[in-house]
Amino acid sequence: MRAFSYARARSVDDVLAGTRDGDVTLLAGGTELLNWARIGIERPHRVLDIGAIPELDTIEPLEDGGLRIGALAKLNQVALHAGVRSGYPVLAEAIVKSASAQLRNLATIGGNPVQRTRCAYFRSQDPATPCNKRRPGSGCAALHGLNDRHAIFGWTEDCVATHPSDPAVALACLDATIVTEHARGGRKLPVRMFHVLPGDDPAAHTVLRPGELITAIEVRRPAPASAYVKVRERESYEFALVSAAAAVELAGDQVISARIALGGVAMRPWRLEQAERDLIGLRAGSPEAADAVSAAFGEARALTSNAYKIPLARNTAVRALELAVMMS
Amino acid sequence: MGRSASTTVEGPAFCSCVTICLQVNGTGHTLDCDARVSLLDLLRERLGLTGTKKGCNRGECGACTVLLDGARVNACMVLAASADGREVTTIEGLAADGRLHPVQQAFIDQDAFQCGFCTAGQIMSAVGCLREGHTTSGEEIREWMSGNICRCSAYPQIAAAVAAAAAARGED
Repeated sequence: MRAFSYARARSVDDVLAGTRDGDVTLLAGGTELLNWARIGIERPHRVLDIGAIPELDTIEPLEDGGLRIGALAKLNQVALHAGVRSGYPVLAEAIVKSASAQLRNLATIGGNPVQRTRCAYFRSQDPATPCNKRRPGSGCAALHGLNDRHAIFGWTEDCVATHPSDPAVALACLDATIVTEHARGGRKLPVRMFHVLPGDDPAAHTVLRPGELITAIEVRRPAPASAYVKVRERESYEFALVSAAAAVELAGDQVISARIALGGVAMRPWRLEQAERDLIGLRAGSPEAADAVSAAFGEARALTSNAYKIPLARNTAVRALELAVMMS
Repeated sequence: MGRSASTTVEGPAFCSCVTICLQVNGTGHTLDCDARVSLLDLLRERLGLTGTKKGCNRGECGACTVLLDGARVNACMVLAASADGREVTTIEGLAADGRLHPVQQAFIDQDAFQCGFCTAGQIMSAVGCLREGHTTSGEEIREWMSGNICRCSAYPQIAAAVAAAAAARGED
């Protein structure tokens, strides 16, 4: 690991002042940055530790019935929060199925969406391995290489990676917003648009600007009828092959609204927008409802080794929808 | 919604060498170290507390689990600098007055190890798991202990040890 210098921020203003002249890398939970520095994905010159900024880890209600979750709230703290568990079970489940208990005591809800792809070529320590996210313009080794865990939606020949976050999938399903501060003005970014698809920029992960600080994540009114299903090769402590977050509102057994987001299938949580529209008015659990979900996979495109993901993701989405209905 | 950075005097001061004050197993330490040093390396190399093991050094195996302000964490994923002002408990800090901690005793009673390399991390994780109350069923114990890998695969005995320690505390 190359040498770097370190400072601790005491306030948001400290961060804005500290990042003004660039070349500063923010450190929150540390569960990604330390590994990036170890394997050369990042070579930080100056590390600004934001982990001890007070009052950035609180979870409080919003006037519209939603919740404002401070960016430095630890993943376990969010998952075990009574208001999150009762109002947003899809988020609580997605978090508990992430990483391990120890990592969830370090990792923050604001840092989690900033994690980078687990593509083996991106994380390779072999400098000869092409990866457009490691070395823009070098190519994509996964396109014809090991791609059984890669994308079925939204990929291009320049990048076939997926985003690994579980919480981001739940947050995309909930239409959550990422709140930022920046020396030139903060923003409110929809989680659904936070990650960059390779068609827009194969080298990018997120739309964050240098020096931009995530201060909170806001979720709108509660979605108690919601669920998260994660499919993986072992029962715990593993990244998803595919996952699905679903939230529904019913009148009797008729669907009033449905939201479905998939994980492990694209470089961003993948909302099934057409299926969501088609589900309205259908009877929950009916063959027609399952058909509406199935139709969404017409645009899925398999790589050389991941065709299995198409039926798996379809079945996972149907299952998440069923579980969300059972919560209503 | 913009904030003016000009209201602050100067940005924080960056240093490649940091001074750290922390409590480890009840003893205060003040040390200077390189900013890159992990809490794990500080414990092992500077304080000689080699009970905390260095397995994968990337947050995947759990062998380096310690309690940081009472919460279990992977010491390899924490910069020593970030631990300034905080309390750390390692495996060396569990036994009191020459008596093993109940979780340590439960691991012996249940034969919950083979080679022993993961054991310190397993025990520290189990102590955290018990404090959190995630020990109400075998399934819950396996889920909340999944961050500790045992390549000898002593998992049934480890889960039994955690369950036994929980039962001894009257928590099940």
